[in-house]
Amino acid sequence: MSDSQAITVRSLRKQFGDFEAVKGVSFEVGTGEVFGFLGPNGAGKSTTINMLCTLLTPTSGEARVAGHDVVRERDDVRRNIGLVFQDPTLDGYLTAAQNLKLHAELYGVPPALVAPRMEQVLTMVGLWDRKDGQVLSFSGGMRRRLEIARGLMHSPRVLFLDEPTIGLDPQTRRSIWDYIRQLQEREEITIFMTTHYMDEAEWCDRIAIMDQGQIVALDTPERLKAGVGADRVTIQTADNDSAIAALHARFGIEAQVSEGAVSFRIEAGEQFVPRLFAEFDPTRNPDLPAISGVSVSRPTLDDVFMSFTGSTIRDAEEDPSKLRNRVMMQMMGGRR
Amino acid sequence: MTAVADTPLDPTDVVRVQVPHRSARSELRAIKIVWRRELIRFLNDRMRIVTSLVQPFLFLFVLGGGLQRLASAGTHGVDLKTFIYPGILCMTVMFTAMFSAASIVWDREFGFLREMMVAPVRRSSIVIGKCLGGATVAGAQGVIVLAIAGLVGVPYAPGLILGALGLQLLLAFAITAFGLSVAIRIKQMQSFMGVMQMIVMPMYFISGALFPSSGLPTWLTVLNRIDPLAYAVDPMRRLVFGHLNISAAARHALDPGITWWGWRMPALLEVGVVLGLGLALLSVAIWEFSATE
Ligand SMILES: Nc1ncnc2c1ncn2[C@@H]1O[C@H](COP(=O)(O)OP(=O)(O)OP(=O)(O)O)[C@@H](O)[C@H]1O
Ligand SMILES: [Mg+2]
Repeated sequence: MSDSQAITVRSLRKQFGDFEAVKGVSFEVGTGEVFGFLGPNGAGKSTTINMLCTLLTPTSGEARVAGHDVVRERDDVRRNIGLVFQDPTLDGYLTAAQNLKLHAELYGVPPALVAPRMEQVLTMVGLWDRKDGQVLSFSGGMRRRLEIARGLMHSPRVLFLDEPTIGLDPQTRRSIWDYIRQLQEREEITIFMTTHYMDEAEWCDRIAIMDQGQIVALDTPERLKAGVGADRVTIQTADNDSAIAALHARFGIEAQVSEGAVSFRIEAGEQFVPRLFAEFDPTRNPDLPAISGVSVSRPTLDDVFMSFTGSTIRDAEEDPSKLRNRVMMQMMGGRR
Repeated sequence: MTAVADTPLDPTDVVRVQVPHRSARSELRAIKIVWRRELIRFLNDRMRIVTSLVQPFLFLFVLGGGLQRLASAGTHGVDLKTFIYPGILCMTVMFTAMFSAASIVWDREFGFLREMMVAPVRRSSIVIGKCLGGATVAGAQGVIVLAIAGLVGVPYAPGLILGALGLQLLLAFAITAFGLSVAIRIKQMQSFMGVMQMIVMPMYFISGALFPSSGLPTWLTVLNRIDPLAYAVDPMRRLVFGHLNISAAARHALDPGITWWGWRMPALLEVGVVLGLGLALLSVAIWEFSATE
């Protein structure tokens, strides 16, 4: 294995009882890369991260992070990584600054550097003026940003972010991505993150799609999308149901309603649109609903995901009640 | 709302930190950090300071005062409150130490434990820090109960106060270690408190904190002799009674000590039992904690 890579993973497996959560994954992450892990609930993303950050011992396989083996050189790995877990891990009774200070002390950051580094990371996440506020009084987004700042206190070479933006509003998600980009420019840091959000995955240099413990695809977002081929066509009509029926009857297309419009996928979408309009022309087929708008888009990562796993990733993240249940279950101590 | 630094800083301005390799010093520092956090937690939580004193005071003044009339025949003129005072000194630290151990369950529930578990320090340092923190906090609580010695007719002798404090620290350490070894297996606060109540309350009653450990029914004598708490309560009583001015008959009846087939165990040996047990429990806790993923 070469140590010029920030992360090297070979046939990593994790078994819980007789359930295999991670079924032998292999990949490499280059230094300075932003690498994304994308997958539905239970895919094994967190389990993989936990093995890479030495919290879980792999059942078999090997992994090196920042040049060190995650089993034999635990401490060297730990000194060189920063972590933001999926579930919050702040001490709510302490202030923001106290949380960072405690972290710096645990990692042995030289005392003279604690204050300047703290100012730097807190300024970056926009919390410098709230440094003396008790964490219990912070909003979810502020806590998340504070956790990112904390993970950076000791200048890690690799930063692991397990769903750093889950449950945050678009604006906060956006700013978290700004920090990630800044980090990449300023600190030559490698970032390994997991996410549910397709649009976020687009921001990564490379992404691995994980499903049921396996990596089903790994490439740059552009190349993954190019691999899917088909475009997405979305049309607005007065009567969606009869439009879907007509598309099926006349073109053999399986269309669905999504966000109030009819949408379907087809190769060479631009060339198809003229044929579509010819068919739906009210002078020719007055029984069909009129089309009031149309758009053609290149494949998205949603389509990529769909083509590799046969299902959409939407269900889990867009239903806030599900998310809440999950958080509740974790708070009840179901999982560590 | 989120102020992003819009002029990206010059990369040379970045404060870069080198995390040092692990060493004995870094472990000591980790122990200190965990210990100090327990203290900060305790001082911030005024409610806890008050609530964990309620029970000892209730036992001392209500039970002790209330049963005085019934008991006066058997106590040879010694106030019942004075008699149970050593037991109350032990009780105070027991409850506080249990709460301290509970904080590891709490930390797990609120995720903070993970932050400590991935730091480049040994798990044993975390456990030792927690244990010392628990002992310190309980010791502080014990001082409050020691301060009222005069109210129950116990003199403020320096030897007594220092000795009692030492015993309290030792007991608190052992109970915290015990609590931790249980807490590491239990993921929920309520079950932890339930389990602790179920184990610690009977142990406390059997220990002889509230009655002399001689002339008991055989079954109770057996339980008493195998109850580790008895070995902390007895030296405490001996220490307090050593500073009381009472008749030989009263001393004989109220402070019989722990005897094995007529041989009275020396106080130092009893203290050794508690210390040994505390260290053993600490090792168990460390071992368990290192094995958890
Ligand atoms: N400690 C554990 N014991 C038993 N099973 C576990 C444990 N941790 C995780 N699992 C199981 O392993 C599978 C993968 O879990 P993991 O947390 O890695 O998923 P994930 O991809 O992070 O999902 P999510 O998007 O919900 O966070 C799940 O089926 C989960 O139930
Ligand atoms: Mg996860």
